[in-house]
Formats: sequence, structure tokens, C-alpha cells
Amino acid sequence: MPMRLVVDLNKCQGYAQCAFLAPDVFTMHGEETLVYSPWADEEQREKVARAVAACPVQAITADGLDGAGDRSTGAAQGASDAR
Amino acid sequence: MPAEEFHEWLRREGRIVVVGASLAGLRAAETLRAEGFAGSLTMIGDEPYQPYDRPPLSKAVLLGKASPDHTELPRRRDIDATWRLGVAATGLDLAAKRVRLADGDEVPYDRLLIATGVRARPWPKEEEAQLDGVFVLRTRDDAVRLHRRLKAAPRRVFVIGAGFTGSEIASACRDQGIAVSVAERADGPLVGALGGVIGAVAAELHRDNGVDLRTGVMVTGLEGDSVGRVRAAHLSDGSVVETDVVVVSLGATRNTDWLTGSGLGAGPRGIACDAGCRAFDFRGIVTDDVFVAGDVARSPHPLFGYQFLSLEHWGNAVAQAEVAAHNMISPSSDRRPHMWVPAFWSSQFGVNIKSIGVPSMGDEIMITQGSLAERRFVGVYGYQGRIIAAVSFDNTRWLEFYERQIEMGAPFPVEYPTVDRRPEGRKPVPADFPDPSLPTHGPTVTLSGYSPSDRRLVFTPARH
Repeated sequence: MPMRLVVDLNKCQGYAQCAFLAPDVFTMHGEETLVYSPWADEEQREKVARAVAACPVQAITADGLDGAGDRSTGAAQGASDAR
Repeated sequence: MPAEEFHEWLRREGRIVVVGASLAGLRAAETLRAEGFAGSLTMIGDEPYQPYDRPPLSKAVLLGKASPDHTELPRRRDIDATWRLGVAATGLDLAAKRVRLADGDEVPYDRLLIATGVRARPWPKEEEAQLDGVFVLRTRDDAVRLHRRLKAAPRRVFVIGAGFTGSEIASACRDQGIAVSVAERADGPLVGALGGVIGAVAAELHRDNGVDLRTGVMVTGLEGDSVGRVRAAHLSDGSVVETDVVVVSLGATRNTDWLTGSGLGAGPRGIACDAGCRAFDFRGIVTDDVFVAGDVARSPHPLFGYQFLSLEHWGNAVAQAEVAAHNMISPSSDRRPHMWVPAFWSSQFGVNIKSIGVPSMGDEIMITQGSLAERRFVGVYGYQGRIIAAVSFDNTRWLEFYERQIEMGAPFPVEYPTVDRRPEGRKPVPADFPDPSLPTHGPTVTLSGYSPSDRRLVFTPARH
């Protein structure tokens, strides 16, 4: 199944790590503008996972890759955990 | 039931209804579950799609880097919700705590979140708006239609309105070698959001990229041919532009019509709420079971003189949804204020434009880093002796610094040295925003009765 992903472009500072690690999904347009595909094929999963991990400002959210911390967050901890 | 017990019950088996199944609605639902809400959750959305992301529709999709059908948002977690998609909410009964749906159903709630967002403002002349080839761009369906037409090699695209969306559409067209004209009532693109100083830079950006930019003009009419296809646009300066695609980018209208008569303080400018996202009713009394988040909300911000801000910003939708969701299931002592500093981005003609704070409140601007001529700079806006906002063109890494300055109420003009300060940036200049005394379309409230015991508020909904 393809992966859905989104980049918080308020956070993104154009470090271009993602464009280097998963060039079929993330590309730079101009000096610091990121253009990405919000829908990546399953075969891109490994590369997208690396991009998510490498992003210096942690701006990328993708299905089943991030938020492991959120997932294990219990009700009691949730209040202080939510941003 | 004491408040603490009530909230325990609410978290365990309450019924929460979210109207609006887009970014804010989804992130709120995820936050509710993350914070331990175990009751029933219903998501109501008028579009027949799972929550999808809108910014790519005017950027990656038009550039051919993404499909308009596939911008669905990834999930932070499973939300275990009942989805009512493709069915609009048509009414709200505050007393009975029920949402009415277009199919006649009624959905009861203990807590309601309204996140119905905005819709594109259509071309006001209905007959012309119906012409084949006239588009708006807000929804996935809009994007599919426009994308298909742009792929069919139009001779010229005509964009009405050079705000962010209009400029991004023009940029995408030029990127693909499509001839494009842009008509803007103000003296430059982005003037309403960023002022005339920045608007002049944006105008150069358009022209250098081959856009036929026409400023200080209004579109007086769209002309169709004998089979109902758009053929030309007529402008207030008497000129006529032949075109086969018109994109109307005149901003957005808040989706509050369904709340008319509900008693909620909702109108064309949005739904007023307190800093904790609780909606006001039209009497100005805050409700305790109706919450608001995202583009449709107007909430007071302490950093900006407690003005009620309506923000059509992606980041605001996320942040406000998280606060609203938390507060919906928390007793008052645990509630949090929504104090997000406004921030947005746009990319056009290969330039990354970002802003922080509320530029339109600024009366002066100074270019503290870089230069306008190079289109790589940071501009800082001042209001009453303090920094109120900043904008960057291809200089995003500095914005976080200015965000802190805004939060601290740092003094303006900026006296301290900055990296890459040029002579042009030593003195503030007028930010040159258009006259804010535009006609307002707010609903009116009148008082009747003479003694406190028989005074009544009468609410007159605005004409849209």
C-alpha cells in the first residue's frame, strides 16, 4: 500500500537531506523550496524512512514511520506530551 | 455531577462530534485519542474523501509532482471514528446538543468541535462563473478539474487576484511554459498580506518569470463564446485579454452558513471563540460544550492586543486543533490557551516565502538582512515600537530568531547589528498596506428594551 506523507513547511528550513535520501519523493525547487509528493510507492518506504529520520527539524510525517512515541503515550502522559 | 467526575465520565463514554473532516478535524481527533478519550467519535465532512492536504493542490500538483487525487494526510494514530463523509452539516441545535445533517440525520453530542474551514470565494457574477473554463482552487475536485485543463495545453491562463494562491498558480503555469496573465486590484501581488514594499518585489518576480501582470485593475466581466466556453476577460482599464482558462483567486469565505440561526456567534468572518477555543454564542457568552479550530475560528491573541485573529494557516489549524481537543476533555484548571504565533509559507517562482507574526498589523518595515534587489532577505515589521512580524524570501533559517523577538515584544526599529545588513536596511520605511477601511460584511447585533430585565439582543445575520 502506498504511503501518505506530509511535510510541515513551517518547520522545513530547506536543509535538503530528504531530497538527497529520497529524490523520487522530495525535490528542491529553487534554493530552499521543497516540493514533495504526498503519496509515495511502497518501494520508497525505506528511503522515506531514512529521510524522516534524517530531517534536522523533524518536519516530515509519514504513515507508519513516525509517531512511535505518540502511539505508546498513555492517557496520563498525553496531556503533557501534546504540543 | 462535580466537574472532575463529569470529565472522567466524558473521557470514558462521552460522545464527541467533529464537524469538518480536514486537517484541523483530523488532528483534533488524533489528539483526543492520544489523550485518552475512549468514548464515541464521529467525523462529519461534506466532501466524500478522507482528510487530505490542501497546500500541495496549488503547488506540487500543478507542477506535476503529485496527483490531485492523492494528497491524503498521513495519520499520527488510529482514531477509531465513525465517518460521515459526503454529508454536510446543515444545522445545530445548541439546546438539544444535536447536529443536523443534509441527509436528515441528527447526531447528538456531549462535546462538539467545529472545524468547517473556508471555501473559495466564487466569481460574483453567477452566469460568468458557470462558463466552461472558469475555475476556483480550494478542494480536491477543483484541483482535478484545473489540473486536467492545464494539461490540455491552454493558450493562456488568466488568474484573477494575486494573493498567495493566485501567485502560486501563475508560477506553476510559467513553470510549464503556459502563457499567463494575472489581474490584481492592488498595486502588486501579495500586498494585502505583506504590504507594498514586499509587493513590489513580488511584482518583479512575476514579470521576470514572464507573467503578464496587470495591477491596479479590476476584472469587469468574463466573456463566453456561443457554446458557453470562456473566451476573454474584460478589465477596468478597457483592455481585453483573450484566454481559455480563468482561475478565480479572490480569497475565501468561512463555512458558517449552516450555523445561521443556531445562536452561535458565527458569521462571514468566522466563529468567535476564546483563547481556549470555546465558541461564543451571539450574546458574547462563551459556551462550554462547543469548540472551534482552524480557518473558521476567530480567537483573541494576547501578543497582538487580544485582537480576534482569523488565520487561514496550515500550522494554525494543527496547533489550534490540538489545543481545542485537549480542552474539550479537560476541566477548566487543566485547559490551555491557543497562543500559536501565526506563521505561513508560500513557494512561487522558485522562491521560498515565509512569514511569522501578523505583518498586516505593521506600519513600518525594515530589511534587516539581505536585499530586496537580490530577492533574498528578511523584512521586519514594526508596530508601536515593537517587532510584530517578519517575512523572509529564501532566508527561512533566520525566522525562528525573529519569532522569539516577536514573542518577547522586542523593540522596533531593530538597532542591534544583524548578519548581512545593507545600507538600505538601516532605517524603517512605511510598510505600505492598503487602506483597511474596506467594507465589512459582519452581522449586526442590536439591543432592545430599556431596563436590564427586559433587554434583549437581536441578531441579524449578514447578507453574504
